[in-house]
Amino acid sequence: MTKSIKILGTGCPKCKTMTGIVQDVVAEHNINATVEKIEDIMEIMKFNVMTTPALVIDDVIKIKGRVPSKNEVLSLLK
Amino acid sequence: MFDWIQNIADWIVYDVINLDKEQHLAEALNFFIYDTTKILILLFVVIFFMGIVNSYFPIDKVKNFLSRNKLYGLEYLVASLFGVVTPFCSCSSVPLFIGFVRGGIPLGVTFSFLITSPLVNEVAIGLFVGLFGIKTTIIYVISGVLLGTISGFILQKLKLERFLTPWVKEVLVNAQRDQDRFQSEKQNLKQRLPIIWAEVMNILKGVIPYVIVGIAIGALMHGYIPEGFFEKYMSKDNLFAVPIATILAVPMYSNASGILPVVQVLVAKGIPIGTAIAFMMAVVGLSLPEAMLLKKVMTMKLIAVFFGVVSLCIIISGYLFNIIL
Repeated sequence: MTKSIKILGTGCPKCKTMTGIVQDVVAEHNINATVEKIEDIMEIMKFNVMTTPALVIDDVIKIKGRVPSKNEVLSLLK
Repeated sequence: MFDWIQNIADWIVYDVINLDKEQHLAEALNFFIYDTTKILILLFVVIFFMGIVNSYFPIDKVKNFLSRNKLYGLEYLVASLFGVVTPFCSCSSVPLFIGFVRGGIPLGVTFSFLITSPLVNEVAIGLFVGLFGIKTTIIYVISGVLLGTISGFILQKLKLERFLTPWVKEVLVNAQRDQDRFQSEKQNLKQRLPIIWAEVMNILKGVIPYVIVGIAIGALMHGYIPEGFFEKYMSKDNLFAVPIATILAVPMYSNASGILPVVQVLVAKGIPIGTAIAFMMAVVGLSLPEAMLLKKVMTMKLIAVFFGVVSLCIIISGYLFNIIL
């Protein structure tokens, strides 16, 4: 099944770092997933997060307010 | 406590590179090596300690605490104190603002948090101890917390809800206290440490370039500007110095790590410490980029009032610093 990955962030450097890490992991491990970056603050607030960047996998918030390592992202996607 | 660093700096500059003690370059380089080493050590210690505290008081817990408990006026102080332990990232200020408003936390209390968070945080404290010593740091932290508390209180009294942007007003109408239970992670310190460690490294990596550039500028000024150079222009007796320094600093932006090493040299060269700290607080706490971010949730009028009240409080604390220190 295709996983839906969303990255919530208003465009700060940390959010960009997280997007890069997630895209790398998906590409390196051939994970079947869509990566979407959400920058609109109204959309972000629907997820009820207060610190960005946040990582949402299949509509569940997995990480918020910090940049994860590649290994951490990989283990969340398995 | 830091003599050994001075010895290392002396050894590198006078013995290894073999510069003459009388040279400006030698003095500047010595100052640079000593300051960078000392400050990086202090930053590491403070960031690590605050990381542990923050791991046990994440922002969601803070929000729920403020949203659930009636604190009879103390909520401004509590919000301000939470602002100290929460690492600040300006890009999170809007989501934070909305999260607080949605949780039914009064606007003024939210402001208290937002004002203190950039002013007093792990990076600012680590730098302050390294550059000005413990006593000045304690006074700075207390005045930063009070500044957030008092500004928040005043802003609440001004009843500014009507100046929020329409969509935030809608959020305000639907605000509920105690809406979600925070799933606190039941982890012991050993399990938390890897994540805390990674965060400490991230923060350090982020601030090191600023600290080094800041100290380098400071070191150049230290070696080349004569003692008491600024005293002629900005003495304590000049009543306009504090407001002018504050107003000049409001549009500028730098984080604490870039501006503090420069401020320290300004103080060493004769600018009164209150004037210098008012300048620094206005640079760190208020800025044009921040105003642009806040435009998403506030009308220009509200931003103007917010900046006005905070500037006023910064000016007052600048005068107070000049009197006390």
